[in-house]
Amino acid sequence: MAVGMPENVFLTRLDAAANWARSNSLWPMPFATACCGIELMATASSRHDIARFGAEVMRFSPRQCDLLIVAGRVVMKMLPVLQRIWQQMPEPKWCISMGACACTGGVFDTYAVVQGVDRFIPVDMYVPGCPPRPEQLIAAVIDMQEKIKRTGTLTGKEFETRTTHMGPQPFDVDELRRMREMVPVEGLTIYDPPKLN
Amino acid sequence: MVEANTTVADLRTQFGNELTESSFRDNHRVHVPPEKALDVLTWLKEQRGFDMLVDITAVDYLEYPDATDRFHVIYLLLNMTTKERLIVKVPVNLPDAALPSVVPLWKGADWMEREVYDMFGIDFIGHPDLRRILMPEEFTTFPLRKDYPLKGFGERHNFPVLTRAES
Ligand code: SF4
Repeated sequence: MAVGMPENVFLTRLDAAANWARSNSLWPMPFATACCGIELMATASSRHDIARFGAEVMRFSPRQCDLLIVAGRVVMKMLPVLQRIWQQMPEPKWCISMGACACTGGVFDTYAVVQGVDRFIPVDMYVPGCPPRPEQLIAAVIDMQEKIKRTGTLTGKEFETRTTHMGPQPFDVDELRRMREMVPVEGLTIYDPPKLN
Repeated sequence: MVEANTTVADLRTQFGNELTESSFRDNHRVHVPPEKALDVLTWLKEQRGFDMLVDITAVDYLEYPDATDRFHVIYLLLNMTTKERLIVKVPVNLPDAALPSVVPLWKGADWMEREVYDMFGIDFIGHPDLRRILMPEEFTTFPLRKDYPLKGFGERHNFPVLTRAES
């Protein structure tokens, strides 16, 4: 090196230093609402040990977390809670949608289950599977780290460009068609009250 | 059990023959017209010792072959001393689907009636606090009615969208 550097000093970009620190100490917020939550617990426990990737500090207060893991189906009564939790998390924050239910509603295509949390909150990483194996979740965490290292900035200005949500439109064509099914079946005799003596 | 049959026989001498009976295996069911429902249930509790109300539920018979009534409200009763069980079915119809509440008889009926109200929109007159119990307050329809589509009218997606830039 031409200029003499003292020992134990290295040069880097501030962004890269911040990304290095952030990506290696992700604190997950476990939003476990169903069976996927069990697999999330397995990921945290000794056999799979998510601590190897610096993401073992599960905090049950959103104020202390920077990685939301949505594990399980989200029903319409729970969605406002999820949105509130997402908004309470301090910047910078990321979101992993874990399992078929959180990503798309899975097999629960019913009136109460939200068909994918990405319709209403921003999602960075999707994990397929029902439930995903712990390895898959760990892979998602590693991918998340890579994404942070690749795109992250100290001030979080990469988030400002994401002004549209990436999920499906909240009201898709199917939904609108179903809304038209509201008309009750006409001329069905069963609607007339029977004569009770 | 034989006793259920004698109970039904006594019920019919007491309340008239329009109380019909049916049974499947050891399930004994009486069909009671709605205006007699409260009297019959009171009599069953006070004279026959049916001191436990196991459940209240309902069935929507829309488009069911040969059905004459839109709903049946079903009371499952148990006599804790004799282990006798009885099912009481009460037909209810729109537009004003309503029944007298049985909370004064069995305290446990409180949440059960709220659930039936929430899912089927059947009114329980005299209930102390008839509100929705499972669905959110702002829900306007009754999801277990057969004319309610399985995937709903879009309530599940009626929320504001948070984008990354603004949250
Ligand atoms: S994806 Fe499968 S395991 Fe996960 S919450 Fe849905 S049903 Fe349960």
